[in-house]
Amino acid sequence: MFGKLLVANRGEIAVRIIRACRELGIKTVAVYSEADADGLHAALADEKVCLPGFKPVDTYLNMEKVIQAARETGAGAVHPGYGYLAENEAFALRCGEAGIFFIGPRPENIRLAGNKLRAKKQAAAAGLPVIPGCERGICTVEEAVAAARDTGFPVILKATAGGGGRGMRICSDEEELREEFPIARAEAGASFGDVTLYVEKLLRNPRHIEVQVLGDSGGRVIHLGERECSVQRRYQKLIEESPSPALDDDLRDKIGAAAVRLAESINYFNAGTVEFMLDANNNFYFMEINARLQVEHPVTEMVTGIDIVKEQVRLALGERVKTGVQRHRGHGWALECRINAEDPEKFFLPSPGLIECYRAPGGFGVRLDTHVYQGYRVPPYYDSLLAKLVAWGRDRAAAICTMRRALDEFTLEPVKTTIPLHKRILADQSFQKGTFNTSLVNRFVPADDDD
Amino acid sequence: MDAKLVEVRAPIAGVFYRKPSPESPPYVEAGDSVKKKQVLCLLETMKVFQKIKSPVNGKVVEIVAQNEQPVSDNDVLLIMEEE
Repeated sequence: MFGKLLVANRGEIAVRIIRACRELGIKTVAVYSEADADGLHAALADEKVCLPGFKPVDTYLNMEKVIQAARETGAGAVHPGYGYLAENEAFALRCGEAGIFFIGPRPENIRLAGNKLRAKKQAAAAGLPVIPGCERGICTVEEAVAAARDTGFPVILKATAGGGGRGMRICSDEEELREEFPIARAEAGASFGDVTLYVEKLLRNPRHIEVQVLGDSGGRVIHLGERECSVQRRYQKLIEESPSPALDDDLRDKIGAAAVRLAESINYFNAGTVEFMLDANNNFYFMEINARLQVEHPVTEMVTGIDIVKEQVRLALGERVKTGVQRHRGHGWALECRINAEDPEKFFLPSPGLIECYRAPGGFGVRLDTHVYQGYRVPPYYDSLLAKLVAWGRDRAAAICTMRRALDEFTLEPVKTTIPLHKRILADQSFQKGTFNTSLVNRFVPADDDD
Repeated sequence: MDAKLVEVRAPIAGVFYRKPSPESPPYVEAGDSVKKKQVLCLLETMKVFQKIKSPVNGKVVEIVAQNEQPVSDNDVLLIMEEE
């Protein structure tokens, strides 16, 4: 057991974790960069330690400094949140060596999930449907052309160490593949330090559906249902919901069982997500494993009543998953809108600065996870996520109604935010009917320019 | 021909970068001749990189901002001399 936990993150997720710990009676230590001295997480934690500098690499990504802060404050556990050190195998190992509980998956889970091609092979071995494509990493353009001919165009080039849409290129024919290959390779090298690529058949305008899983140290895995994450812009999620309007109970059971089967086959521990693509004919394919707590976890919490961060702590301490929820059907419907400091009218250009006017929405069915307050200055050095606005209703229509009302109440000025875009999407017929796919957002924003 | 000085300012707050990656040479040095729309530097704001381009045909007179250091909204980054 540990009485004190260090939160190795900032922003809304650090606040989220501190809240869970407070309710569990665990003391918290916040780490903060010099640019985050006024951060809400630093104000709410029981103790705070400054990480000198402002750049992520010097602060929230600095393993040595984070572990040193845990040692000096006597924290027995570290929660990495998402991003930063969350999916860093070396950091999870270092915590273990330092005798500190890492609140998350085992290092080997993180390693497997981090290699997209290995994870895909593992999924295929566990009997999950996977998207046709090459089975080995590709290092030359000729290998890529041969693999694409085997698979059939159009194809998508992906980085084996990838994530977040970086190093991904759609190629409709051989000429385009030859042109895009070196760019994808360079991007993969720059983003992930690994130039290995793989080729996959392109699935046009799929839906993105993911399953929340929890695994205990005894090898037992349960799932908490799915999240629909198809409202995206350039592979960045904007609106998530649970359950998915695309699934009936039969398909829901099949996807959930597939996610559990895969997680059990790799002895997955703690919270994680198995991501799938769903085509227009309701065929689902494994996409990747996310070995972390996800940004959009609150929609699952709202429909299941399970606090996933508290479960993470419980599981880290060696407790068992609650198998009673194996057959859990969520109650009602939950939506989450990501409120980013970005201008949707100007190609999502970031918009940091002082929050001069802040009025938060509230009332029945509204949950707001944020680190923003009146007079807070949004620093330009970190993620643009300002708030996650979550609405719950008895059914999807009720949740949409509550979300639209909450968006109308929400004032964050003068920074530009995604609030006006969310209002337009929620007023859209295909969104309301639930018949959208990953191309939906394109209809609401200006076409990307090349710069 | 009259020389006219033009300030290139930060459109938003961020971190100023003189080169595309640590190993690469800088985009421009003081004294370089540049074309209109040529990339002068990068500005990173919330993990998004923006190319800052020359507003004029001319010469780089001074690079005011420091590499990899924060700049505020509307800070002068470079001074150009229009041809």
